[in-house]
Amino acid sequence: MDTEQLIRSLAADNSHRARPVGYVLMLALLAAAPVSLLIFFAELGVRPDIMTAMKNPFFDLKFAVTLALAISAIAVALHLSRPEASLRGFGWYLLIPAGLLVAGIGGEMMMPQRAPMMTRLVGNNSRFCLTWIPVLSLPLLIAALVGLRHGAPARPAVSGAIAGLVSAGFAATFYASHCTDDSPLFVATWYTLAIALVAAAGALIGLRVLKY
Amino acid sequence: MREHENEWTGLMRLAISGDDGAYHRLLRSVTPVLRAAARRGLSRAGQPVDQSEDIVQDILLAVHLKRHTWDTNAPFAPWLFAIARNKLIDSLRRRGRRIFVDIDDFAETLAGEPEPETAPAGEVAAQLQTLPARQRDVLQSIAVESASIKDTARKFAMSEGAVRVALHRGLASLTARLKEQ
Repeated sequence: MDTEQLIRSLAADNSHRARPVGYVLMLALLAAAPVSLLIFFAELGVRPDIMTAMKNPFFDLKFAVTLALAISAIAVALHLSRPEASLRGFGWYLLIPAGLLVAGIGGEMMMPQRAPMMTRLVGNNSRFCLTWIPVLSLPLLIAALVGLRHGAPARPAVSGAIAGLVSAGFAATFYASHCTDDSPLFVATWYTLAIALVAAAGALIGLRVLKY
Repeated sequence: MREHENEWTGLMRLAISGDDGAYHRLLRSVTPVLRAAARRGLSRAGQPVDQSEDIVQDILLAVHLKRHTWDTNAPFAPWLFAIARNKLIDSLRRRGRRIFVDIDDFAETLAGEPEPETAPAGEVAAQLQTLPARQRDVLQSIAVESASIKDTARKFAMSEGAVRVALHRGLASLTARLKEQ
């Protein structure tokens, strides 16, 4: 087939309209969320004292941080799904959840504490946290990668890592309602580590599957 | 060049609003520019420039299948060149490996024969033969025999909708196969 002939067949296919990447990404995430939630309720469930916990601002802060991460990562992922896009000007979105967390740590420092700093940081559930955030992420990570495959990311590994942040952000939101460690120090240490593991997995898989 | 690029942006907007003719003109207008870029890339990588046509076709397929990632408010050329650069780097990598493997087998023939200006593209044509029969027939009818969608539908006793679906699937699977090889 010579190039002139190929062009003719492409022009004949002009009426085909692909869905925007954001739409496909949302659809994929919505399809995967019930799977993650099912695993969450079957294996973990929300903590029994959730009603009192909700009055603790540091419990609520966990959701603000993880949701801010998921949402800003979606914005960055969609931006990067265009072939000519770069992280420049968009990377700072990811500083929003980090900023919230730093503010939380500062806030906690200024309050009288019953437990010493290292105890709060080490917490009770660090191994659990490192296991379950990645497990709950998995269905969402697959969904995010499927959604982003619909785009044309210039850097597959970077986009894969961001897909990891999207999925881990939501997974950490679910997990936060189970976890009894509310100190921002615990979140900054163990949630971050768990989320980084998922992002690294996303980068490795993205390198293979996000090439267009 | 600037004017050229404005013209491309205008044509692409028309194409997206449903003007197939504008889309055809756009693709024909970008092809020589892509070809020149592919040749430059090949020669800079020390590879034979007569392979440029496969790269051009690879870029055109990606442009077609990813055109929904173009922002209609942005200029077209930076988007196009980003895809072209990506595809060029990809195929240089692939070719680099292949040439490394094959050079001993073909070194003598290569040295003996004068090379044609540009070899006809072979990869898309080769992958075309591996497509499911219906997709291949429809693609061949529209591309090679330059039949319209309507004529193709009549010829294979299909609905026009089915022809459109087969055409799009054919182009998508061609691209997937080129990526795998």
